[in-house]
Amino acid sequence: MPRPSRARLWGWGRTNPTVAEAVTVDAGSLAATLKEAGPRGVLARGLGRSYGDAAQNGGGLVLRLTSGAGDITLDTVGGKVTVGAGVNLDELLRVIVPRGFFVPVTPGTRFVTIGGAIASDIHGKNHHVDGSLGAHVEAITLMLADGSTTTVAPDRNPALFWATVGGMGLTGVMIDATIRLLPIETSRMRVDTSRVADLDALLATMSSDDDDNARYSVAWIDLVAKGRNLGRSVLSRGDHARFTELDAAAAVSPFAYGPHQLVAVPPVVPPIGVLNHASIAAFNEFWFRRAPVRRVGEIQGIAAFFHPLDFVGSWNRLYGSRGMLQYQFVVPFGEEQAMRTVVERLSASGAPSFLAVLKRFGAANPAPLSFPRAGWTLALDLPGASHGLGDLLHGLDKVVLDAGGRHYFAKDAHMTPDAVRRGYPRLDEWKAVRHEVDPHGVWQSDLGRRLGLL
Amino acid sequence: MENALGQPQTIVLIGGTSDIGLAIVRRLLNPTTTSVVLACRDVERGERAATGLRHRDLSVDVVHFEATETAAHEAFARSLSEKYGDIDVAIIAFGLLGDGSVTSVDPEAAVEIADVNFTGVVSCTIAIANEMRQQGHGSIVMLSSVAGERVRRVNPVYGGTKAGIDGFAQGLGDVIAADGVHMLIVRPGFVESAMTTGHEPAPFATTPEKVADATAKALRARRRTVWVPGILRYVFSVLRHLPGAVWRRLPLG
Repeated sequence: MPRPSRARLWGWGRTNPTVAEAVTVDAGSLAATLKEAGPRGVLARGLGRSYGDAAQNGGGLVLRLTSGAGDITLDTVGGKVTVGAGVNLDELLRVIVPRGFFVPVTPGTRFVTIGGAIASDIHGKNHHVDGSLGAHVEAITLMLADGSTTTVAPDRNPALFWATVGGMGLTGVMIDATIRLLPIETSRMRVDTSRVADLDALLATMSSDDDDNARYSVAWIDLVAKGRNLGRSVLSRGDHARFTELDAAAAVSPFAYGPHQLVAVPPVVPPIGVLNHASIAAFNEFWFRRAPVRRVGEIQGIAAFFHPLDFVGSWNRLYGSRGMLQYQFVVPFGEEQAMRTVVERLSASGAPSFLAVLKRFGAANPAPLSFPRAGWTLALDLPGASHGLGDLLHGLDKVVLDAGGRHYFAKDAHMTPDAVRRGYPRLDEWKAVRHEVDPHGVWQSDLGRRLGLL
Repeated sequence: MENALGQPQTIVLIGGTSDIGLAIVRRLLNPTTTSVVLACRDVERGERAATGLRHRDLSVDVVHFEATETAAHEAFARSLSEKYGDIDVAIIAFGLLGDGSVTSVDPEAAVEIADVNFTGVVSCTIAIANEMRQQGHGSIVMLSSVAGERVRRVNPVYGGTKAGIDGFAQGLGDVIAADGVHMLIVRPGFVESAMTTGHEPAPFATTPEKVADATAKALRARRRTVWVPGILRYVFSVLRHLPGAVWRRLPLG
C-alpha cells in the first residue's frame, strides 16, 4: 500500500492552502487506508477544480483515487456508463463521444472527476431543461466510514443517495457511478449567438419560451461595463448538431473528437497577477464586440462550446499570488431585483470581474445540499487582491440571502456558517443522514469545518 | 479555517490586555470571525477589553493564562482547539518592560522578566504551534521589538529577551512552515501604549493602530517579518553594524 506524503493542497482559486497527508490509492486498498485516519479525518480529492477549500483537509488524510481505461464500462444498448469515481470528464468524453454519446451534464471544464462532479452536484448550460448531474445518476458505489461498501440509488437508500449527491464528499468515498448518457448524432454543436443590450433585456429574453426550446442556454455578462451598458451580454444557445446539419467535410467523421490544450500559463507570473481592472475591462470589451449582433446555426466543436477555458492550461495562475475567488449564487424567480442590485454593486465597486456567467435554472432535485434551484444564477471571478473585496462580498451575501437565495459550495471560499444555514434550510436533515453513516466524523474537509457542515 | 481573503474565524490573543495585541485583534475582526479568545493574567482587565469587542455574532472569551506556569501551556493550547476548533491566528503579545536600571543590577528582578518574556513565550508558542501543525494551517504573530535587534544599555534584560524570542521565532517559523503554519515576526519601534507610559518617545515612534495595520497586511502577504514603521529596518541595519565604540557613544538612552 502506498505511503501518504505531506502536501500543500490548494483549490483552483489558489487562495487558502492547507497541508495534509496525501496518498493515491486504488479502490482495492481504500479500506486499509481508511484505518490510518487520525483525528483530522479523511477526504477524497479529485482534480482540485473546486475554487475554495472543498477538496482540502488540513492536517488530515487526502485520498486520490487512481483511474484507468478499464474504469469506463459503456453500455451502448442501455445508453449508460459505469465509470470509476477518479475518472475525469476529459477521459470519459474521449471514450463515449466517438461512440455517439455525451455526458448528461458538463460544467465549464472537462477536468473534473466523476466523484467530484457528483459530490458537487454540478450543473451545466442545460440545467433549465435537464437539471443537475444527480438527476442522471442511476447508482453510486460508496465506501462508508467503517470500510464497508454499499450501493445507493434513487430507489435504494435514497436518503444516503441524495445526501451524497451534492454532499461535498462528506458521506463516503465514491468508488464508481452509473450515469445515463445522452445519445448524439454528431460531435458538433449548432449554436445561436446574439448580443443583448442590458440586464433587463437579458432576463426577459431568457424568460421567454425560446429558452426551453434550447437544450443549452447561457449568457456571458460584462460586469465591468457601466451606465447604459450595465449588464450587456452575449447570449449563447445551442444543441447537439444533427447529422443532416453537417457540411460535407464534417460529415466524413461525424464523431471526431480530440480537443487539445493550445497554450499553458507558466508557473512564474508576477505576484500581482496580470488580470487587473484595465486588462479585464479591455478583454470584456473585446468579447462583447467580437460577438455577432445575431448569428444562427453556427457549427462549433464540443470543446469550443462547453470548455473554452480548457484551451488555456493553468489559467488560474494569471491572478498572481493572491489568487482569485469565484462568487456564484442563485436567487429564486421573482427576485430579479436582487440580481439587479448585485450587478449594479459589482459594476459600481470597480472590482474587476472577468466574464461573468448568467443562467436560468430549472427545478431543484431532492438533494438537501444541492445548489441549483429554480431561479437565476450568476457566477463571476474576482482577483483575490481586489481592494475592499471582503466588505463587498459580505454585502452581496446579504442581498442574496434576503432574497431567499444561496451560494455554491464548489465555488465558495468566503461564506459563513450563518449564510449556509440560511441558504440551505435542509442542512440539519443532511447532517442527520451523515451522522448515521459516519458517527465518528471520519469524513472531514476544510470547507466542512469552515462552514459548520461537520 | 480562514477564508480565501485571509479573514480569520478564530483569533487568540495571548497577552489579552496588550494594547498592541488588542489593536491587531480589532484590525483582523471581520464578518466571518466567530470567536476571539483573550488569554491574560489579569482576567478583570481582560473582561473590560472583551466588552469593547463583543457584538451579536462574535463571542469573546477571557481565559486565565500565566506565562510562568509553563507546565500548563500544553493543556492550555489543547483546550483552545477543543473548545474553539481550528485556531486561525494566535498573537503572542505578552511581556514585561521592567525598569532597566533595576533589572541590570538585580538578578532576581532580571529573572522575573526573562521568565515571562523569554521562557514563557517560548513555551506557549511551541504549545500553540503544535496545535496548528495538527490542523495543517494557521498563523502565529510574534511581537518582537527593534529593542532586540541591537540591545541598548537602557534596558539590557528586556532587549535581550526580545533578541531571544526573535531568533527563536525565526527558527521555529522554518520548522513549522512545512506543516502549513505561518510565523510572522513583528518588530515595532517605540510604541505609544500602556507599557511605555511615562517613557520619553524614541525617534520613529508609532502607535498600536499602525502596528496593527502593518501586521494585517503582512499576514495577508504571508511575510516572515514586518518592521513598524518600515524605515526602522534600514535604520537598524545601520545601527547593528556600528562598531561598539561608536554605538556606546550614541545618545540612545
